[in-house]
Amino acid sequence: MSRPIRVLVAKPGLDGHDRGAKVIARALRDAGMEVIYTGLRQTPEMIVSAALQEDVDFIGLSILSGAHNAIVPRVMKLLKENSIEDVKVIVGGIVPDADIPSLKEQGVSAVFQPGTSMEEIVRFIREHA
Amino acid sequence: MPDRDFTTISGTPVNELYTPADLGNGATAFDPAVELGEPGCFPYTRGIHPDMYRGRLWTMRQFSGFATPEETNRRYRYLLEQGQTGLSVAFDLPTLMGYDADHEMAAGEVGKCGVSISSLADMEALFDSIPLERISTSMTISSPAAMLWAMYLVAAEKQGARWENLSGTIQTDILKEYIAQKEYIYPPRPSMRLVVDTFEFGARHTPRFNTISISGYHIREAGATALQELAFTLRDGVEYVQWGIERGLDVDEFVPRLSFFFDAHNDFFEEIAKFRAARKIWAHVMRDRFGASSERTWKLRFHTQTAGCSLTAQQPRVNIVRTAIQALAAVLGGTQSLHTNALDEALALPTEETALLALRTQQVIAYESGVTDTADPLGGSYFLERLTLDLEKGCYDYFDRIDAMGGMIPAIERGFPMREIAEASYRYQQAVEKKEKIIIGVNAFQAEGEPVETLYIDHRVAEKQAGRLKQLRADRNNQQAEKALDDLARAADQGGNMMPSIVEAVRAYATLGEMCDTLKKVFGVYQEAAVT
Repeated sequence: MSRPIRVLVAKPGLDGHDRGAKVIARALRDAGMEVIYTGLRQTPEMIVSAALQEDVDFIGLSILSGAHNAIVPRVMKLLKENSIEDVKVIVGGIVPDADIPSLKEQGVSAVFQPGTSMEEIVRFIREHA
Repeated sequence: MPDRDFTTISGTPVNELYTPADLGNGATAFDPAVELGEPGCFPYTRGIHPDMYRGRLWTMRQFSGFATPEETNRRYRYLLEQGQTGLSVAFDLPTLMGYDADHEMAAGEVGKCGVSISSLADMEALFDSIPLERISTSMTISSPAAMLWAMYLVAAEKQGARWENLSGTIQTDILKEYIAQKEYIYPPRPSMRLVVDTFEFGARHTPRFNTISISGYHIREAGATALQELAFTLRDGVEYVQWGIERGLDVDEFVPRLSFFFDAHNDFFEEIAKFRAARKIWAHVMRDRFGASSERTWKLRFHTQTAGCSLTAQQPRVNIVRTAIQALAAVLGGTQSLHTNALDEALALPTEETALLALRTQQVIAYESGVTDTADPLGGSYFLERLTLDLEKGCYDYFDRIDAMGGMIPAIERGFPMREIAEASYRYQQAVEKKEKIIIGVNAFQAEGEPVETLYIDHRVAEKQAGRLKQLRADRNNQQAEKALDDLARAADQGGNMMPSIVEAVRAYATLGEMCDTLKKVFGVYQEAAVT
């Protein structure tokens, strides 16, 4: 690979619980990836525009508030509209099992629920880069 | 299994045995009269009442709120019927951020993490048939605390209650929002002005209401150690007291209405030591730093919630056990009120069944365990007293560093507490990955657990709340609402206390979003520099 894997870690919605997003950002960085952390309360438009600008390989969405069914479809649609659907989207946070199939159908590569190790996420990204 | 690790969950080494020698000797020997005092006496290390729970048990106050005000009202009435002794409102994210339920930014979030409240009409529905003059209510909201409190006061008044008889707590703790929970709207200084406005208004009109709950809970949940939780929370308290004094308030008049809120995490003795150290430090700071002379000012009163971040989605029933141990630590630490988490809270908001089991957990401690019969039963334990002394010292060291930065607001502006917390939370996560710290069901003793049924809140809640707002705007006297909002803008601009104008705007059924937007125009909005 000619360059390190680039990951945008984003916190969409109104939720301010950023412990997970920050830990993941740091773990990916320690694993040699280039990480851009957006900070809080990003709209889908802001996230996709940052992904475009930063030329990332992955977008990691951290959502703990239950708003994933409203936010993820908008992100996926905007990726398509901007012709960057090759950017892989992973979701981390509190997502009920029942919602996972529909997120995957929309093109989400993986959903990581509470208790997932940093190592598992790093491995997944490396294997799918 | 890896080699066992003998440090607390915060990473503090623990000795194999503690003896009197660990408490110093000769001239530096531990003097119980100085370090502990009697329960109910300065410095209150052993508790704020001489008879502790014999006189009165803690308030069993389960944090609860979801979906529409009507649905939450039904849950409250159910919990009260089951022996709960106080209410505690969980608001949804749009409410916490000052957005009406029909705002674009509220999409997907209405009623999800708490109840949706956009106006006085919602607040009236929330407490329908619950006599507010007889029950104490805690409201977990900080940035728009003044607006929600005003809604509560007016809703109570409409029930015929007198403000001076109302008791409860409004969180109002904006500093911990910048540090940890991040539900802030305005920049720190105008936010602090709004906080002091509530202190001043409360001292005059609601003598039994706590106008702030200075919260370590969210700081801990964001990944802080026990020491960081203790130090940042108490230093936030110092900041509020300083701002109150600068406004011209008398410490012995407003400080007795400041209350605290801590986390009860897994590490049993460290947590008990934290609660004891908190009381001791606060008593000293109030007397020695601020010259307070009233015992009511010296006494730190606190609410406790068991640690949400300790709950696991894996084998969720194990959470009942974690919660019971944490709740026991809170009681042995002398808490005044307690929330016990439900077993399903790593997955969703609790169902009626799991909420009841959580309440029953406290009732078992209160009525069956016998730990309530004597005050501070663990006082004098060499280990516990050593931990308490070490936390106290560590806390004063943090105070010195924050004082040297010019106080908590400059410390926040340079990202100091946030960096300390991020560092601690990453260290802890690494310890979990290396199995130095064990989480049953996650990195040890994994098993396919039976799934539990969870509460699901669908999009119809948002539609219902949006419809209600449309109706409200059609039914109210819009001219009156607009005038009240203009008055609020003027008060904000001119620098007087904003509470009276907020109360008037609430009476005119101005919405939460309208009030918060009015202040945004005057104060601007805050954006943090993200620290990773």
